[in-house]
Amino acid sequence: MTDAEALSTPSPIVRLRNVSKSYRRGGQIVPVLEEISFDIAEGEFLALMGPSGSGKSTLLNLIAGIDSVDNGAIMVGGVDITTLSESELAAWRGLNVGFIFQFYNLIPVLTAFENVELPLLLTRLSRKERREHVALALRIVGLDDRMDHRPGQLSGGQQQRVAIARAVVSDPTILVADEPTGDLDRKAAEEILHLMDRLNRESGKTIIMVTHDPRAAEKARTIRHLEKGFLNDVPS
Amino acid sequence: MFLLKLLVRNAFRHRLRTLLTIVGITIAILAFGLLRTVVSAWYAGVEASSASRLVTRNAISLIFSLPISYQERLRRMPGVRQVSYANWFGGVYVTEKNFFPNFAIEPRSYLALYPEFVLDPREKEDFFHDRKGAVAGRKLAARFGWKVGDSIPLRGTIYPGSWQFVLRGIYRGAEKSTDENQFFFQWEFLNETLLKTLPRRTNQVGVYILGLANPSLAAQVSREVDATFKNSLAETLTETEKAFQLSFISMTEAIVVAIQIVSFMVIAIIMAVVANTMAMTARERIGEYAVFKSLGFSWWHIAGMIFGESFFITFTGCALGVLLTFPVATAFGKELGSFFPVFQVAPMTLYLDLVAAVVIALIAGLFPAWRATTIKIADGLRRIG
Amino acid sequence: MIPVSYSFRNLWTRRFTTCMTAGGMALVVFVFASVLMLAEGLKKTLIDTGSPDNVIVIRGSAGSEVQSGVERAQAGIVESQPEVAMGSDGSPLLAKELVVLYSLNKRGSDKPANVVIRGIGHQSLALRPQVRLVQGRMPKPGATEIVAGSSIARRFQGGGIGETLRFGMRNWTVVGIFDGGATGFDSEIWGDVDQLMQAFRRPVYSSVIFRLADSSALDRFKERIESDPRLNLDARRETKYYSDQSQAMATFLRILGVALTTIFSLGAMIGAMITMYAAVANRVGEIGALRAIGFQRRSILAAFLLEALFLGLIGGGAGLFLASFMQLVTISTMNWQTFSELAFSFTLTPEICIKSLIFSVVMGFVGGVIPAIRAARMNIVTALRES
Repeated sequence: MTDAEALSTPSPIVRLRNVSKSYRRGGQIVPVLEEISFDIAEGEFLALMGPSGSGKSTLLNLIAGIDSVDNGAIMVGGVDITTLSESELAAWRGLNVGFIFQFYNLIPVLTAFENVELPLLLTRLSRKERREHVALALRIVGLDDRMDHRPGQLSGGQQQRVAIARAVVSDPTILVADEPTGDLDRKAAEEILHLMDRLNRESGKTIIMVTHDPRAAEKARTIRHLEKGFLNDVPS
Repeated sequence: MFLLKLLVRNAFRHRLRTLLTIVGITIAILAFGLLRTVVSAWYAGVEASSASRLVTRNAISLIFSLPISYQERLRRMPGVRQVSYANWFGGVYVTEKNFFPNFAIEPRSYLALYPEFVLDPREKEDFFHDRKGAVAGRKLAARFGWKVGDSIPLRGTIYPGSWQFVLRGIYRGAEKSTDENQFFFQWEFLNETLLKTLPRRTNQVGVYILGLANPSLAAQVSREVDATFKNSLAETLTETEKAFQLSFISMTEAIVVAIQIVSFMVIAIIMAVVANTMAMTARERIGEYAVFKSLGFSWWHIAGMIFGESFFITFTGCALGVLLTFPVATAFGKELGSFFPVFQVAPMTLYLDLVAAVVIALIAGLFPAWRATTIKIADGLRRIG
Repeated sequence: MIPVSYSFRNLWTRRFTTCMTAGGMALVVFVFASVLMLAEGLKKTLIDTGSPDNVIVIRGSAGSEVQSGVERAQAGIVESQPEVAMGSDGSPLLAKELVVLYSLNKRGSDKPANVVIRGIGHQSLALRPQVRLVQGRMPKPGATEIVAGSSIARRFQGGGIGETLRFGMRNWTVVGIFDGGATGFDSEIWGDVDQLMQAFRRPVYSSVIFRLADSSALDRFKERIESDPRLNLDARRETKYYSDQSQAMATFLRILGVALTTIFSLGAMIGAMITMYAAVANRVGEIGALRAIGFQRRSILAAFLLEALFLGLIGGGAGLFLASFMQLVTISTMNWQTFSELAFSFTLTPEICIKSLIFSVVMGFVGGVIPAIRAARMNIVTALRES
């Protein structure tokens, strides 16, 4: 990671303003995030670190629009997603967010190709166009020879690469990854991180990654630490 | 297309469970179809009755008869085209188990009034000319292996004694709904015999059947007939053949109602089974639904997937059930021929099958769909994690 | 052994599934119990209607009183037989009766039912100790008066006290109501036999009923009566007569019950099997752990079987609870053999309760046994790995 590149990044693509979130657990209200404000620039590769329970996954879910804030605003690409309705939010996610999960979360009854095709079914693309997009995405992750395999027939690393292809196939505004290497061995993890790095550098994808693996964080350009609901560092 | 593929693959993810559920639905639809067919068989007599025939009986109840002398007066009533009469004989063939309806009739007018009993012209003439002659329906003759010319003994329960008849013809029904399980013989023969054994019961008729020139006169003619015999020794009650048959059925209505309730209960039972299957399925896939949502799919996509699967399973079971209903109903009809002379699967039954399947699929999908669409994505994802 | 609470708590944890499965079973048990209760109710009505010491004499091969005809002279011969008991007043405990059907509309509808009108003699009431006059008085001999069974008074137009029925060109006033308990008499109308014979222009009786002086003397009487060429009569114990009357109905109920219960229980057992398979599949890891700790295969088998049996028992209990409310319902229908109205209630007996619960447990067992065997045969290592 070079500071020069970090400094030259353009205007922020994600802005958080006074974001608070708490959960109710067994009748008690547990604050998770308190008055958090920060920006993420376009083309950023950000790693969010922190001990478990620090609220890093919650923060990621809020940015990705799959959880709702108690207070505050989240602007992504100029849209305040906290004001969107449930169905508007769903449509927004389809266009703007690509997800990479720790346990891949592929649909077991669908082939690799069909899994990657899923987000495109929500677009107006023709069958032929969809096929081209899916083929391209699978080529990027290096799995164009496995497109007819089902998730059960693929290794963990391969499954995660299919998940990445699914995340990028619709060309979303941001990619969010929650412990993408958490369930993988060293070698597979390296490959995945390398792939994400390439997506960031070559295609300019904005990536927000939650991890507690320092080796994974190393690949990111920026690392921020979360502790007990507060950002306790300055951007590095 | 894509959705359909996903539905089918999802449905067979738990092959055993899906198969068991489908078998359950098949059994339920089969049972439902058979019970509905029993109900419609109950009403078969009503279906087969004609709007242009009236039945006149003694106002006290069916066990009381009317004098034969009424025949002439009835014939002269305006609007009445033809008059015939019949007596419920209640004879037993060998044993009580061999029950079938048997009547003493006035042959010429009766067969003219009931054109649905189709008889070969020669057999008809033979019947008319043999005092001890009788005709039987095709199903009845087949049941006991009777052939034309056979001698048939009946033991009288209402009219004591043992009675011998000679089968002169076998009629077949003009319609599917015609009862081919009846037995007719000459009223004259009954009356002559009674003259020797029980003279005080001669010249009595069980019911008169009136053929109308115009069905729209039914209400008016009934009123006039009953008014004519008002305050006589044998007051009459005249109603359309349909109403007459219905009054019989209404006496056993409790049983029909019970069968109807039970037929809906079997649907309720299977609904619980399918709802359970769908709930288990949706619970296992709650994480997947969260993934779909995170990819931008809306609640109605998820609901569509759940209902689609529910409909797929239910309709597969329903289709199998409907297909099985026909052969099973036929087998049933053969066994129960003496209770239900007409045992046909009515089109209405099939529509009801379909409605039942839709209701099962909807109700079964409702709770899981509600759960899957309302659960927070973050919670859904946590479950698999 | 694995504690019983393990099985029970697992059912509680998956409440929706348990409810649905037990609900399906409850409906099946409900149908099962209801049919048994109906058959029991029919039997009870028939047993209570007939009395074992009474003999009913009708015309040979007539089948029922309605079809029968007994000439006055024949009735006289029966009356003079030595087997007839004597009443306290010194006259024979015997009644010559007339039975006809009368088409009467139910209250609040124009649906007719065939009601029995019975012409009674002065000993008729004495022959039927189960019948009591509860309101008004008995008809005076020679008057156009009748008394109605409480079921008639309640359900039929013109059957209440003070109301009139018209037949035989005369109006008949209801002067009393009698309670026949759970017997067939409760659905009858009684009047003076001679008046009714005139009204209906029936010169002959329908039946002769008498009390046996010695209960075991029936065979002797029967033999003498039935071999007498002047008579052509058929004598039966009243209890047998009434059960013969409803044989078709009883058979119908039995066939219907067996068919329904078989088909329905198949559905419910499939439901139980689905549930138990899922229960096993969801807890593969747990089973592995239990086995690793040292529980035997048979303990696992027992735990899952117990769960299935509990499931059946819950369904059975709920179904029986629902069915118990059916005791409030009276079924009235036409008896095909006599064409007359027959009313009987659902009757719950301890025997039916036990039968229903056994039936529900058997359903649970059949549904649970294969999944439980599967759970017990699971390999420890694979089970642990799959969790």
